[in-house]
Amino acid sequence: MIDFLNALVVLANFVLVPAIAYGSQLALGALGVTLIYGILRFSNFAHGDTMAMGTMGVIFATWWLQSLGVSFGPLPTALLALPFGIAFAIALTLGTDRLVYRFYRAQRAKPVILVIVSMGVMFIYNGLTRFIIGPGDQRFSDGERFIISAREFKQMTGLREGLAIKTTQGITLVTAIIVVIVLFWFLNRTRTGKSMRAYSDNEDLALLSGISPERVVMVTWLIVAALATIAGTLYGLDKSFKPFTYFQLLLPIFAAAIVGGLGNPLGAIAGGYLIAFSEVGITYAWKKVLRYLLPENLEPSTLMQLLGVEYKFAVSFALLVVVLLFRPTGIFKGKSV
Amino acid sequence: MKKLLMTAAAGALCASTGFAGGHSEIKLGVILGFTGPIESLTPSMGAGAELAMAEVTESGALLGGASVTPVRGDSTCIDAGAASAAAERLITSDGVKGIVGADCSGVTGAILNNVALPNGVVMVSPSATSPALSHTDNADNGLFFRTAPSDARQGVVMTEVLMELGINEVAVTYTNNDYGKGLADSFEAAYTAAGGTVTVNSPHEDGKADYSAEVGELAAAGGDRLVVAGYVDQGGSGIVRAALDTGAFDTFHFPDGMISAALTENFGSEIDGSSGQHPAPSDELAARFSDLVGGAFDSSSPFTPESYDAAALIMLAMQSANSAEPGDYKDHIFAVANAPGEPIQAGELGKALEILAAGGEVDLIGATGVELVGPGEAAGAYRVVGFEGGEEVTAGRK
Repeated sequence: MIDFLNALVVLANFVLVPAIAYGSQLALGALGVTLIYGILRFSNFAHGDTMAMGTMGVIFATWWLQSLGVSFGPLPTALLALPFGIAFAIALTLGTDRLVYRFYRAQRAKPVILVIVSMGVMFIYNGLTRFIIGPGDQRFSDGERFIISAREFKQMTGLREGLAIKTTQGITLVTAIIVVIVLFWFLNRTRTGKSMRAYSDNEDLALLSGISPERVVMVTWLIVAALATIAGTLYGLDKSFKPFTYFQLLLPIFAAAIVGGLGNPLGAIAGGYLIAFSEVGITYAWKKVLRYLLPENLEPSTLMQLLGVEYKFAVSFALLVVVLLFRPTGIFKGKSV
Repeated sequence: MKKLLMTAAAGALCASTGFAGGHSEIKLGVILGFTGPIESLTPSMGAGAELAMAEVTESGALLGGASVTPVRGDSTCIDAGAASAAAERLITSDGVKGIVGADCSGVTGAILNNVALPNGVVMVSPSATSPALSHTDNADNGLFFRTAPSDARQGVVMTEVLMELGINEVAVTYTNNDYGKGLADSFEAAYTAAGGTVTVNSPHEDGKADYSAEVGELAAAGGDRLVVAGYVDQGGSGIVRAALDTGAFDTFHFPDGMISAALTENFGSEIDGSSGQHPAPSDELAARFSDLVGGAFDSSSPFTPESYDAAALIMLAMQSANSAEPGDYKDHIFAVANAPGEPIQAGELGKALEILAAGGEVDLIGATGVELVGPGEAAGAYRVVGFEGGEEVTAGRK
């Protein structure tokens, strides 16, 4: 029984807790991508860098609050700074829409043109972030580091293995749940949300029934900017902020959105967790877990690892290919890709 | 007409013998990465090498009063093509008789194979540490030496440090490049041979935000201590952070890439009980070299004393061979670097030249305590460090 508990704790410490936190961050990112795809009908490659820009706003606001001596007790000050970052990201996305995307929308440009345009926007955001805050690592988390540290857990339970849960991991999960509930309530229960879904389902019918397209587009950008900033801030708090890693995040985020079914919010969430658990689970060395579970004579001599950790990104791609081969519209029915 | 040709030939002969006999000026190449990733280190490295040349010129004792002129070339540290072109120019157009350099392991290998070997010119590198540059089967034709220790040596020193601490089982993670892989592999070989067990030897990529997956793998393999062969400003610190957070490892062993003030700034007392080592001359040698430099440049900058010694080795070997030709003096480098002979400290090159001219023997101590081993690389002096109360302390020397 003790062996079983130890195995469970090892699994939780190295697989469950990190994967749930990472999955929540991916899910929030993928929700943004999927909303843009569903309503504005293109794959927004600039999403990773929108996250970076929003997070940058949060970081500057955090530093400003810290210099004023404001703190949030055991929680990171960055949570208080979130509204500033979101406001910055909203101004950024709306400004970009006004300057760039609206021009192509008015021409009814093909989605592929918008994709290329969004790549251009991505490179500009990319450069701006580096220009303003620099290409290096920025740490902006403060407050209590751990909800429970490995050492405390061992003393408390008397088990051989420790379980560490970081404050940022807890915050990530709680925030993600709140954001998802609010988003679904908004999309399904409010008038604006319903008009967005109507616009997504059939643009011409929606226009005929008197829905203002510019308003729908604006609300979409508001929501996407908020989602991107929250996802980026949670990721930065939990790991660290560096423009390049946010650019790289684009891959797993798109994989999550596509695997779940592009344009389907529920699919984005499922996809986020699926990608996170596969990346962490497939590259995890199961030796320690199995040593507790199996009888002594069956103890594994190798690391029991399916793939080296350096192939982490390959897992999301492999999963993407497999899902697209068998279910081209993703696990939850999304729009065809 | 025939007469004219004869005169011309005779004149040319006279000119060449005159040059060889008079030794009015000897040129030495200094090929370092004056631009590129280590451009902050190379100015004082170059100055260190040129200090030794100025000292010898001033003494007027080399080969009957020859002056030594440095010629700089840019190795760029990473661009093998540009480095080879610079070396080619120095050898064929400037006519250098030896090269101090190059600096980074990759370009050093490129220059050696593409330029120095075909032209038969001696290279003494002050900073290339890759074990891949150790030519055991004389592939370098006896032309390549280095005053920085190979990382193969560091692997052995690391093994000794860990064994003395009574640690027989470690996990190893290394930064995924020539430095990290070379060091990790040489350590694994030495440690296993000494009876230790390496539970896992796995790479990590620099510049990632999250290392929990890498640490998960290392934790599953287990071990008494985690060896982090990475960079302190890069993934190395990320690995240590994740290992501490998840409780996977409490103590670590840090090779040279991790030893820096940034390490204790990042982790404070969290890494108490950890160990490490990095190449460093003894305090006595460092103080003597610092006096000699007298504030003209930063004498304690990494590989700067090694650069002084590299240039000194070439010139002492020339004196010992009584010839400035690389083919003649290459076999004398070992003799002037190691015992027996009169010990020569930094700043005593003039004295050494006179002893050699009188037929005596010298043993260059220089700025780093030069001692060549194996195929012509420094044995290296290492400082062993420990961590107590959030501070880095000297735990011994090897």
